[in-house]
Amino acid sequence: MPVLFPLVTSSLLFAIGVYVVLARRHAILVLMGVELMLNAINLNLVAFDALWHDALDAGQSLSLFVIAIAAAEIGLGLAIVLLVFRTHRHINVDELRELADRDDTLASAADGAATS
Amino acid sequence: MTAVEVLFSLLSAMAIGSALLVALSSDLVHCALWLVVTLGSLAGLYLLLAAEFVAWVQVLIYVGAVVVLLLFALMLTRAPIGALSGLDNSTRGLAAVVAVATAAVLVTTFASGFRDARLEIRARDVGSAGTLGATLFTSWALPFEILSLLLLAALVGAIVLSRHQEPD
Repeated sequence: MPVLFPLVTSSLLFAIGVYVVLARRHAILVLMGVELMLNAINLNLVAFDALWHDALDAGQSLSLFVIAIAAAEIGLGLAIVLLVFRTHRHINVDELRELADRDDTLASAADGAATS
Repeated sequence: MTAVEVLFSLLSAMAIGSALLVALSSDLVHCALWLVVTLGSLAGLYLLLAAEFVAWVQVLIYVGAVVVLLLFALMLTRAPIGALSGLDNSTRGLAAVVAVATAAVLVTTFASGFRDARLEIRARDVGSAGTLGATLFTSWALPFEILSLLLLAALVGAIVLSRHQEPD
């Protein structure tokens, strides 16, 4: 089997993950995009492990590590998403602008909300 | 084409097609369920690439745990069931351009570097639970232990974040 089969598949999956992260507004969909990208990388690691017959099984071991890190990431990410939902009543990433550099009207509106 | 190549192409097409549906569907629950199809067909691809243990871990952790967690989060955030409008932001055209450019760069790089390389899977490449476990606990023992610390930290962090705090 040509090694291009898995490599092209993982490239396309990674690109779809990039699109999901950039184009979606719902925070949980953004997390799904991250999962797609991590899976594309795992496929690459496994393919190169099979290509180079690695004596340490580096590709497969690293893909296990990536899966564990992805599990940790999704746990923390969903905790943050639930916290955002509790404080904002929505999880639309386009409207979560508290950390942005604000203009005057937004800043005064936020001050008014804080004092009231 | 050999039988393995045909099977690999079919599973690849399934993974990419359902990933596209994750990217384009307007129903949140459908997105999560199409993600199951993507991750499951990726487990099949791992099996074809002789990564047996990774495939089962993929089924257990991704299909079993991560997607269930995503569905739980969708329900806890009161995601409405049914098609929604406005799931994409206004720069989705730009996002599509970036994604196509990413795919083009990656595919041309791989095609120029590995055009003639062929996978020949031998019996000793098969990453069964036994061989992979032996490697993990000898050559990769230190990263493995550090990873357990990372998981513990993530666990504690998730508990701290999701504990209900009384407003002052």
